[in-house]
Amino acid sequence: MHHHSETLIYDLLERARQIRLDVLEMVYRRGAGHPGGSFSCAEILAALYFHHLKIDPTRPDWPERDRFLLCKGHAAAALYSALARRGFFPVEDLAQWGHLGAHLQGHPDRIKTPGVEMSSGFLGHGLSIAVGMALAQRLKGPRYHIYALMSDGGVQSGVAWEGALAAAKYRTSEVTIIMDYNDVQLDGATHDILPLEPLIDKWRAFGFAVIEINGHNMRQVLDALDMALEIHSLPTVIVAHTTKGKGVSFMENSAKWHGAVPTEQEYARAVAELKRYVV
Amino acid sequence: MSSQIPQRQAYGMALADYGDVNPDVVVLEADVSSSTLTKYFADRHPTRFFNVGVTEASMVDVGVGLALSGLIPFVNTFAALLTLRACEQIRTCVAYAHTNVKLIGGYSGLSDYKDGPTHFAVNDVAIMRAMPDMVVVAPADNVEAARMVPVIAEYDGPVYMRISRAVVPDVFTEAHTVQLGKGVTVRQGNDVTLIGSGSMVARCMKAADALAQEHIQARVLAVHTIKPLDVDLIRQAAEETGALVTAEDHLIIGGLGSAVAEALAGHYPAPVEFVGLNDTFAETGPDPDTLMDAWGLSVKDIVEAARRALRRKSR
Repeated sequence: MHHHSETLIYDLLERARQIRLDVLEMVYRRGAGHPGGSFSCAEILAALYFHHLKIDPTRPDWPERDRFLLCKGHAAAALYSALARRGFFPVEDLAQWGHLGAHLQGHPDRIKTPGVEMSSGFLGHGLSIAVGMALAQRLKGPRYHIYALMSDGGVQSGVAWEGALAAAKYRTSEVTIIMDYNDVQLDGATHDILPLEPLIDKWRAFGFAVIEINGHNMRQVLDALDMALEIHSLPTVIVAHTTKGKGVSFMENSAKWHGAVPTEQEYARAVAELKRYVV
Repeated sequence: MSSQIPQRQAYGMALADYGDVNPDVVVLEADVSSSTLTKYFADRHPTRFFNVGVTEASMVDVGVGLALSGLIPFVNTFAALLTLRACEQIRTCVAYAHTNVKLIGGYSGLSDYKDGPTHFAVNDVAIMRAMPDMVVVAPADNVEAARMVPVIAEYDGPVYMRISRAVVPDVFTEAHTVQLGKGVTVRQGNDVTLIGSGSMVARCMKAADALAQEHIQARVLAVHTIKPLDVDLIRQAAEETGALVTAEDHLIIGGLGSAVAEALAGHYPAPVEFVGLNDTFAETGPDPDTLMDAWGLSVKDIVEAARRALRRKSR
């Protein structure tokens, strides 16, 4: 396993801060979007897009690139920020999110937006799509790794567990599922709405190697992503315990901020908190 | 090709054969390969065959992953399961995402006569027509089903094709070729037009024979591509015959008849009579032909619909 330098960790945490600031501004300006679930995966996206993924923004269709599937499409703003800041399209495009004629749709659209691997929005698809990509590369190559970022709600859906059965059958070690387990969904706490526990046991029973981390601890995120590449006979799930709305005190652990827009005062307070926020 | 084999067998054999020439074709199946007869492909190309069990929704998504990686997945199960259980996957990940997935619905219409209404596919065409970007195909016989396999594989985009479980009478000779979006005039006539899809094309031909006994010359159009519809061919038929009948082994609501009526309303309004299932699930039957006859899909039903259309034309 690589040792990740303090400089890298610091840099990636700043990237995560930038993603949150972008998301906040995008949601505020547009008057729509999903801040809570975008904030909970900011460190994960920063680690992937600014360090871990084998990608080239000048060649979004490079055949050997790693594939990243944002299964939780409601975190579109966070993905758009990561893609823009990584150079897939101009950062100025973020201000056009949801405008008529803009390439940035409410939820990710693979046809319209450079760097978006797959359109998403309704939950649960990513795991099965990742299995298909793993099967394809065995037949045709080239080899690459596939990542799917899933939410609590996505893991509740039946198709996710159907896909888990298929991943186990084909032992798709090419696939790493990252679960942004913030324990809050649209209507309330996941442990109240439809409990997933015992979640680790479930993934293990379904044939996955499980790595459990704090999804806001950058060193743990990076180590887990590296570790997953060393698992050669099983699909891996990284269960990342996260906080919905992470980084803004009044948004944290609140279902209200799943899909809410801050007022002018809330926006100013949130920006201030994010700017001084230290993980 | 003999009409003695069921349409599913003609499809299954054609798929296995096409697998020999196109290494990018892969086949997914949800535990019914012995029924849809994708087992021929499985036997000949085992490394390109994926049986994922009774997980229709996941199967479509696995197919999407294969398509996104440059392969051409043929995703198979019973038409009712495919279009209903995996409907959202098809909507979001195939149609909206414009992935190159070929959806093949076996056991179409009432062809699974012995298993009954749970297994019948009577609204699959309606559902698939309502998917933006989806091509919808219902081949008339074994030759057309076989010819369609390379054609839909080599078309770049989502396709839904329904295949009968049953023996379907021959309409075409081996010389038949198909082009997506192009209907075929299989019988000339200028009094009335009979438009059929799938297993109803052969019945339209028999109805035309019966009408000829009454000195009514019926034109017959075989429309394998229900979407995009060959509007030019149908408009021309409306202009030249002035009355039309549609015939399909599907609900009248949302199928071929609806497509024809929508096209004519915009281009050349003319009387149209519909032969199809009239807002019903039908019932289990002793064999496909008897069942179709009992539920409004008989040759006689087509003849009577033609007479009604002709009466409306002369008013």
